[in-house]
Amino acid sequence: MANIKTNENKTKAQSMGLHSEVLTGKTQQKFFNPDEAENFYYWGTYDVDFNKRIDLDVNDLDCKEANKKIDELMSQGYGTIVIKNPQGKHSLGVGVLNKLNLIFEGSLGYFGVGSIDGPTVRINGRVGWSCAENMMAGKVVIEKNAGSCFGAAVRGGDLICKGSVGARTGIDQKGGTIIVGGDAGAFTGFMMQRGRIIILGNVGINLGDSMYDGTIYVGGKIGSFGSDAIESPMTKSDIDWIKRKLKVAEIGENFDVSKMTKVVAGKKLWNYDALEPTEKKGAI
Amino acid sequence: MCGIAGLIHRGKSSNVGNELQAMLQALKHRGPDSTGYALYADNDGENFIMRFKVGENVGEGSSSVNEDESVYDKRKELVDSMLKNLGAKVIKEEKLTPYSYRYEMKYDDDLMEFSKKIESIESVEILSIGKSLELIKDLGDAQAVLDRYDLGKVTGTHAIGHARMATESGVDIKSAHPFWGYPFSDVSVVHNGQLTNYWNNRRVLENKGMRFMSECDSELIAVYLAEKMRNGATLEEGMKDSLSGLDGVFTYFVATKDSLGMAKDTMAAKPLVLYESDELVAMGSEEIAIRSILPHEIDTYDPFDGEVKVWQI
Repeated sequence: MANIKTNENKTKAQSMGLHSEVLTGKTQQKFFNPDEAENFYYWGTYDVDFNKRIDLDVNDLDCKEANKKIDELMSQGYGTIVIKNPQGKHSLGVGVLNKLNLIFEGSLGYFGVGSIDGPTVRINGRVGWSCAENMMAGKVVIEKNAGSCFGAAVRGGDLICKGSVGARTGIDQKGGTIIVGGDAGAFTGFMMQRGRIIILGNVGINLGDSMYDGTIYVGGKIGSFGSDAIESPMTKSDIDWIKRKLKVAEIGENFDVSKMTKVVAGKKLWNYDALEPTEKKGAI
Repeated sequence: MCGIAGLIHRGKSSNVGNELQAMLQALKHRGPDSTGYALYADNDGENFIMRFKVGENVGEGSSSVNEDESVYDKRKELVDSMLKNLGAKVIKEEKLTPYSYRYEMKYDDDLMEFSKKIESIESVEILSIGKSLELIKDLGDAQAVLDRYDLGKVTGTHAIGHARMATESGVDIKSAHPFWGYPFSDVSVVHNGQLTNYWNNRRVLENKGMRFMSECDSELIAVYLAEKMRNGATLEEGMKDSLSGLDGVFTYFVATKDSLGMAKDTMAAKPLVLYESDELVAMGSEEIAIRSILPHEIDTYDPFDGEVKVWQI
């Protein structure tokens, strides 16, 4: 049984029933017993050479085998890996925590390149739901369309779709930039907390619904604003930043950025002013 | 969860039995409980095809009560006798499993009254009536159902299918998809999602004389559309109306003798991937369903919230 120490000096959140237990170091030791180390698989960070290139045909591999193979190739120093015949399979390229040029020649299914931290990914097809979910850093470029929940909970990096995306793009986004060359569906930026979304085309209903923070730029028509999402004036720094980002994304070369609509959180739904500064930092 | 798939060849026939099997097999992980096919086959168009069941599959995983096969035979005799009384002329009959049959028959009168009389026999359910519709559903995955009903040879223009994960009703054939659009010949529906105003709508529709055979919420879509069409609406009008008339989350397909349609709810909460060309439209809950019949690189997309589309053969 873990030792539990009660903190007598309660903060406001703790008095509401949150964070009332503090785990001691002994408990930590119990969770991470070195004797059990063989039960864990630690993803490695490898020194790779971008000029060392290899093709990997995943037609006959399932996603676990394919992802393990990618890791294996990185451990051998391959810095450019071209995935052939992805055939819409789910969860390909997830958990790559390394610098790498990863190229998919075809389309991905659900959760493609999720939880990545560092690679540059190019997908010459379409991606299914929840592409690049929880991405920490890197750059992902999709040449065709994307499904719903595109860039869910993204924390950093650039996620670019040259085509159109489904509903709930950037749901729960916590950082980074999502750029869409075409249209986006309903609930774009739903509950987003930080980061920026650029949509060059039209967006569906309930744009930025219940967003906490962050910024959404829309080039086309807006179906409707969501709860607590409001329009804000475009500034010169907004325009300069979008132009630079579009250049990096290699889309919207002649797009008139100055006519875009900027959407931010009205912060009327906020209930964080009651929190203490350190708790506020953790909450947003 | 459930997985749905559909395809329509425009201007030609193809082996839709095998094609739909490949699509549904790719979606097996979305629904392993039962699989259903609505195949629009190259029949002669002269006679009605009636597929019906006189009992349930009580095999492994079934939530149905075990019955002796002799009970099934007695019910089948009652169906035969009722058909005779109704003036239907059976041209060919096939026993597909101990509990399901396929009849080819001639009948010229009202299908609603016909269906009511046949289904008044205990545990008898008409799975479909149509001149091209062949509706098959049973427990097991797509391959198992294809083999059991010998669907590999079926050619036709279009088809819709369903891989079911039972959530709100039992693991049995009566709750499996597709649902026939009673009492319209050649209308079938498959659905992925949950409908939250099922009971309200069911009460209203039952008062209007429509029939429900299961307690599966998805059946409501078939009955809802059938009722709209009975009152003169086109299929597309009925489907557009359903976006506000049905509450909940859904993506559904509906097929008629010469068309195939899709509708997605206004929350866009259920997935759908679509491939569209002049020759073929293929769609499914996941891209892998489409890739199973089109392995080369193609352009696909997700329809947006509140979208309704209908294609003709």
